[in-house]
Amino acid sequence: MSMLKNHGKLERHSLLLTVGILIVVSIGGLVEIAPLFYLENTIEKVKGMRPYTPLELKGRNIYIREGCYVCHSQMVRPLRDEVERYGHYSLAAESMYDHPFQWGSKRTGPDLARVGGKYSDEWHLDHLKEPKSVVPDSIMPPYAFLAKKKLRVEGIGDDLKTLRFAGVPYTDDMIANAEADLVAQASPNQDYDAEDALIARYEAAAERKGTLRIADFDRNPAEITEMDALIAYLQMTGTLVDFSTYEADDLSNRR
Amino acid sequence: MYETLSSFAQTWGLGLFVVMFLVALTYALWPANSETFRNAAHQPLVDKEPSDD
Amino acid sequence: MSAHTTTRDQSGWGFSIGTVCALVAAAALGALIIAANAADPMMAAHAWIFFFLTVSGLLVTGLWAGALNGRNPFEPTVYEDTIVKFGVAAAMFWGIAGFLVGLIIALQLTFPNIFYFPDFGWTNFGRLRPLHTSAVIFAFGGNVLIATSFYVVQRTCRTRLGGGMWPWFVFWGYNLFIVIAGTGYLLGVTQSKEYAEPEWYADLWLTIVWVAYLFVFLGTLWKRKEPHIYVANWFYLSFIVTIAMLHIVNNLAIPVSLTGSKSYQLFAGVQDALTQWWYGHNAVGFFLTTGFLAIMYYFIPKQVNRPVYSYRLSIVHFWSLIFIYIWAGPHHLHYTALPQWAQTLGMVFSIMLWMPSWGGMINGVMTLSGAWDKLRTDPVVRMMIVALAFYGMSTFEGPLMSVRAVNSLSHYTEWGIAHVHSGSMGWVGFISFGALYCLTPWLWKRKALFSKALVEWHFWLATLGIVFYIVAMYVAGITEGFMWRAYNEFGFLEYSFIETVKAKHIMYIIRVAGGALYLIGALLMAYNLVRTALGHGEAGEAAPDARPANAPALQPAE
Repeated sequence: MSMLKNHGKLERHSLLLTVGILIVVSIGGLVEIAPLFYLENTIEKVKGMRPYTPLELKGRNIYIREGCYVCHSQMVRPLRDEVERYGHYSLAAESMYDHPFQWGSKRTGPDLARVGGKYSDEWHLDHLKEPKSVVPDSIMPPYAFLAKKKLRVEGIGDDLKTLRFAGVPYTDDMIANAEADLVAQASPNQDYDAEDALIARYEAAAERKGTLRIADFDRNPAEITEMDALIAYLQMTGTLVDFSTYEADDLSNRR
Repeated sequence: MYETLSSFAQTWGLGLFVVMFLVALTYALWPANSETFRNAAHQPLVDKEPSDD
Repeated sequence: MSAHTTTRDQSGWGFSIGTVCALVAAAALGALIIAANAADPMMAAHAWIFFFLTVSGLLVTGLWAGALNGRNPFEPTVYEDTIVKFGVAAAMFWGIAGFLVGLIIALQLTFPNIFYFPDFGWTNFGRLRPLHTSAVIFAFGGNVLIATSFYVVQRTCRTRLGGGMWPWFVFWGYNLFIVIAGTGYLLGVTQSKEYAEPEWYADLWLTIVWVAYLFVFLGTLWKRKEPHIYVANWFYLSFIVTIAMLHIVNNLAIPVSLTGSKSYQLFAGVQDALTQWWYGHNAVGFFLTTGFLAIMYYFIPKQVNRPVYSYRLSIVHFWSLIFIYIWAGPHHLHYTALPQWAQTLGMVFSIMLWMPSWGGMINGVMTLSGAWDKLRTDPVVRMMIVALAFYGMSTFEGPLMSVRAVNSLSHYTEWGIAHVHSGSMGWVGFISFGALYCLTPWLWKRKALFSKALVEWHFWLATLGIVFYIVAMYVAGITEGFMWRAYNEFGFLEYSFIETVKAKHIMYIIRVAGGALYLIGALLMAYNLVRTALGHGEAGEAAPDARPANAPALQPAE
C-alpha cells in the first residue's frame, strides 16, 4: 500500500527531471536559432540568384551522393588569403536555395564555392575521371564511372515540386518542362526552341543574363551521363551573383 | 521581430541563465539535502537484488 | 507499458510481446509495400533488407515465445542482463568494424594509388568516411550507451528493466537502424548532413526506436525502489531526451516520393547550417559527453569501490553542463555567413563550457583519492582515468578553438581531425573500453578478466596509437593552416593548394600507424572479453555467488 502512495511522488521526480532537462536544453536553441527565421538580412540583397536548373540540381544531388562535402567546403571566409585564393567571400544569399546547405567543415581538397568557370569542361572531365592526370599529387578518388552512368531524367519534375514546397521559387512552367530543360541543357545545337525556352525561364528568375550555360559537358553527344550533370553543377557554383551590384557596406547587408 | 528576439537573447537570455545556475547551486548546497546526497553517492556500491514489492 | 510488467499475470508480459510484434509486423508490411513499388534501386535494396531482417526477428521471437510454456520471461525479481550481454557484444563488433573502416580511409588518403578503384563509387573516401563516423559514434558508442544505461538504471533503481519486451525492441531496432544507415552510405544514400546522414525513412525508424528507449528508461525510473534518482541516470536521461529533440529538428526533410530514398531538407542555407551545427555540436555534447559521463559516474565509483568524490559537484556539473553546451554550436560557423552576434554567443558559451567540463573531470579523477594505487594495479581503472585526462584535454582545446582568431587558423584543417580524435579515441573510446572490461566479468559472473596482461597491452598500444594519431594531425593541421595563409616577398600567396596536400604525406603515414595500433588494441580486447565470457584463464570458474557486479571479486589475484 505504501508503494502505491509513493508512486505518484516517484513519478513526479522523474517527470520533473525530464521536463527540467527539456526546458534547459531548449533555451539555447530557441534563442539562437529562432531569430534567424525572422531575420531578413541574413540573406543579403543581391542580384542573380535563381533556382538550380534541373541538370544542375541532378549534378548537385550527385555531389551529395558521392560525399564531396566531406573534403570540399563551399564557404569562402572573409579572410585575405581565402579571398585571394578562392574569390569573393561567400554570401548567405548564395546558399538561399540550398536544401541542404553544402558549406562543409573540412578542406582535404580546396574550397569549391567559386570553382565555376575557373577551369574548362575538359579539365573537369579529365580531373574527375583521373585526378592525377591533371594534378599529379592529388589524393582525390577517381570518378570515371560517372561518365559511363546514364543520367536518370524521369521524375526530375517531382524533385522540383518538392523543393518548391520547401520554399524554392520554381514556377509551374519550370516544373512542367523539367525533363525537357534537363535534356536541352546537356544537348547543344539540337533543339533551339527548347534551349531558348530553358534560358528564358531561368534567366527571368535570375533577373540577369548569362547565368546559364548549355554544353555537352562530358564531350559525349551520344547520351546524357551523370558526368554531364556534375560538371554542369560545378561550372555554375559561385557564378550566379552579380557582384557589381553587391554593396558590402550597405546597411541592409551588414551582419 | 528579429530585433526583439536577438536583444532578448543578449539580455534576458543571459539573466535567465544566471538565475537557473543559482537555483541548481542552491539545490546542491542546501544543508537539508546533504543526507540524501550522501546516501545517493553510496547507492551504486551496494549490490542488491531487484525488488518486486 | 511499465504498469503491465509489474503485474505478475501472464497477460502483462504477453501484452508487451504482442505490442512489439504488432509494431514490427506493421513495419515489415510497410517495407514490403515499399519494396514492391520502390522508385529507385537504393530504396528497393533497403526495403528488402528491412523486410527480411524484421521478418527474421519476428520468426525468432515467435520460436522463443513458443518455448516459454507460460513462464514469465521478464521475471521481476531478476535483473535483465541478457540484453546487456548482447549490447556488449554488439559494441565490440561495431567498434572493430568502425576502427577498421577508419584505418582504410586513412590509407586511402595516404596511398591513393592502391586504395581507390575508378569503376566503383562505393569504395571511395566520400562514401566510406560517413561509414566510419557513424560506425564509431552511433554503432559502437550507441551500443555502449544502450547497454550501460540498461545495466546502470536497473542497479541504481533496484528494479528490473521496465517494459517487458520493449527493451529488446530498442536494442534490435537500433541495430537495424545502424545496418540501414551503413548500407545506405555504400549505396550513396545520404542527406549530406554530417553525423545525420541517414535518409528520411531511417530517421523515422530511429525516432520510433528512440521514443521506445525513452519510455523504457522512464518506465524503469518510475518503478524504482530507491527514493533518489542516482546522478548517472540524470546524465543518461539528458542524453536520451536531448538526442530526441536534436534528431527530430535536424532531420526535418520532405521526401520526393514515399517510395523513394531521396529527400530535400526543409531548411536552406544559413538556417540549415545553424540547425545542422546546433545538432552536430550537441551530438558531441549529449551523445559523446553526457552519455559517457553517466558511465563515469557509475563505473569508476563501482570499480574502485568508493563513492563519487562530491555528489554536490555532480549536480552542479550536470545542470551547468547541459545548459551551456546547447549554446555553443555556432562556433562551427565562425567567419561564415552566419550573423556575427550568433557567432559571438557561440564563442562565449564555448569558453564558459570549460568550467563544467573540468568540474566533471575533477570529480571523476578525485573519486580515486585514497586509492591511487589502483592506477598502478588495475589497468581498467587506469584506462578510465586516462579517458578523463583526454576529456580534460579536449574540453580545454575545444574552447580554445572556438575563439575566432584561433578558429580562423584551425578550421577546415587537420587540427579539427586531431581534436575530435583526442576526444573520441581518448575519452569516448577509453571510457567505453573501461566499461566493457568491467561489465564482461560482472555479467558472465566471472572472478576476473581472462588476462590482465592483455589489458595492459591494450592500454599501451591504444595510448601510443592515440599519441601517434593526434600529434601527426596537429602537426599536419597547423602546417597546412599556416601554408594556406603564407605570402611570399612579392605579396602573393606562397603555396598552391596541392603543395599543402603534399606537405602532409608523412603525417598521414604516422596517422595510419596510430590507427593500426588502436585497432590492434581493440582486437586484443575482443579476444580477452570472449575468453572472459567463456570462463578461461584468470576468469576461472563461474562464481558460485549469483550476485552480479561483485566488486571484490574483481580484485587482482595477488
